[in-house]
Amino acid sequence: MKKTPLNQTHIDSGARMVDFGGWHMPVQYSGLSQEHQAVRTKAGLFDVSHMGEVTVEGEGAEDFLNHLVTNNVSKLVDGQAQYTVMCYESGGVVDDLIVYKRANAKYLLCINAGNIDKDWEWIRKLAEKFPKVKAANVSDQFSQIALQGPLSNEILGKLLPSAKLLGIKYYHFIETELLGQPVIVSRTGYTGEDGFEVYAPAAQGPAIWKKIMEAGAPLGLVPVGLGARDTLRTEMKFPLYGHEIDQDSNPLDAGLGWVVKLDKPQDFVGKAALLKVKAAGSPRTLVGLKVLDKAIARQGYEIFDLESKEKVGIVTSGTPSPSLGYPIAIGYVKQGLQLPGTKLTVKVRDRFFPAEVVPTPFYKRP
Amino acid sequence: MSEKIPAQLKYTKDHEWASVDGKVATIGITHHAQDALGEVVFVELPSKGKTLKKGDTFGVVESIKAVSDLYSPLTGKVIDVNTSLTDDPGVTNADSYNKAWMIKIEIQDPSEVQAMLSADDYKKLVESL
Repeated sequence: MKKTPLNQTHIDSGARMVDFGGWHMPVQYSGLSQEHQAVRTKAGLFDVSHMGEVTVEGEGAEDFLNHLVTNNVSKLVDGQAQYTVMCYESGGVVDDLIVYKRANAKYLLCINAGNIDKDWEWIRKLAEKFPKVKAANVSDQFSQIALQGPLSNEILGKLLPSAKLLGIKYYHFIETELLGQPVIVSRTGYTGEDGFEVYAPAAQGPAIWKKIMEAGAPLGLVPVGLGARDTLRTEMKFPLYGHEIDQDSNPLDAGLGWVVKLDKPQDFVGKAALLKVKAAGSPRTLVGLKVLDKAIARQGYEIFDLESKEKVGIVTSGTPSPSLGYPIAIGYVKQGLQLPGTKLTVKVRDRFFPAEVVPTPFYKRP
Repeated sequence: MSEKIPAQLKYTKDHEWASVDGKVATIGITHHAQDALGEVVFVELPSKGKTLKKGDTFGVVESIKAVSDLYSPLTGKVIDVNTSLTDDPGVTNADSYNKAWMIKIEIQDPSEVQAMLSADDYKKLVESL
């Protein structure tokens, strides 16, 4: 199994370690619900160093990126980040990612851990059409730590000038120093809470983790594993590659039309296919479901119409919701069934349980 | 023997326990099992009257992250089901050997009881994991 630079830190903390897509990662420390609640009420610290990073720079970098991704990279100013997807010609998704625009027309892409090799091969091949562009897979060079929760500003403010931190707008970042090392601190995250993601040189991960834990522990900061990371993002209806989006799912069906800029000047990979989807209308759409009678609907479970018993959809993610106290699910349903209040039924093993379409995100900050 | 592995019970390698009293076996999951699962959020049990063969799945126990099958260590008919676990699945974590009993079966083949693991054998198994 692959290990992040913080592997020993987790083991020393008594984390329950698992094989997470080939990575030796902490799934939980003190307990899934406690960690989830800590992020929603105080703060939690995540090791996300398994995520991948790709640098893109050189003449034509902006044009190349606009060809690679669906969103409009030209809208970025220095110090700004953008969520987007990159698609196949079919319109299916290669990956979702964040594009960071750094100074001097240099870009950093943050991609999913499970897709690093695939994404890098895709990016490298496409970049051949832009001979002056320099792209590099630098995933091994970074540690990445996410600090998430309402106390994030206060905690990180003990290590970095508070004024600088408060000035970072959502989906913006600064490049600064932590422990004498160059870091990127971005106001981004996968939990729905305020927070930061810190990109540091790989070897600095453990020291930075320790420093943030020391600063935050008196305020209630706890380490958080990948288990709670998943319940937190599900409550926000954030997509997870391999669930809501994959090579057979297009971003329009998944409700990600807001990152697909069909009117930007560049032709991007998948544009033609997505124009067709837009014109014809998506036959299915991603919704949030409240599952009743305590049953938990999970990925792959089928969704049926209550009366006709016709299969109308499929669950892409599902879990008990620690914040809401009932099970929630995300899934695709036939066009026309997406209005909140629509009553459906979910097949859990060999039994049927009622479910209702609800507005999302499931969780809203108080 | 610590109360994590009560001496008088029988065990399986799938972390179920059985308490046998004459022809009736009471079955649940062990302390080790609930600890490995984490917080139990849903327990699905069979109906009374269901016949089970040794090794059949008799239900599931769900944690936030996963669904785990429950395997019957013995052949027999389900004569009682602990329905309180539907309302309070967390009892499985709190009291796995008493309040969180799952099913009672009328056993068909007492020799299957002998074939189960003793507390000592189960302890060795858990320590080797």
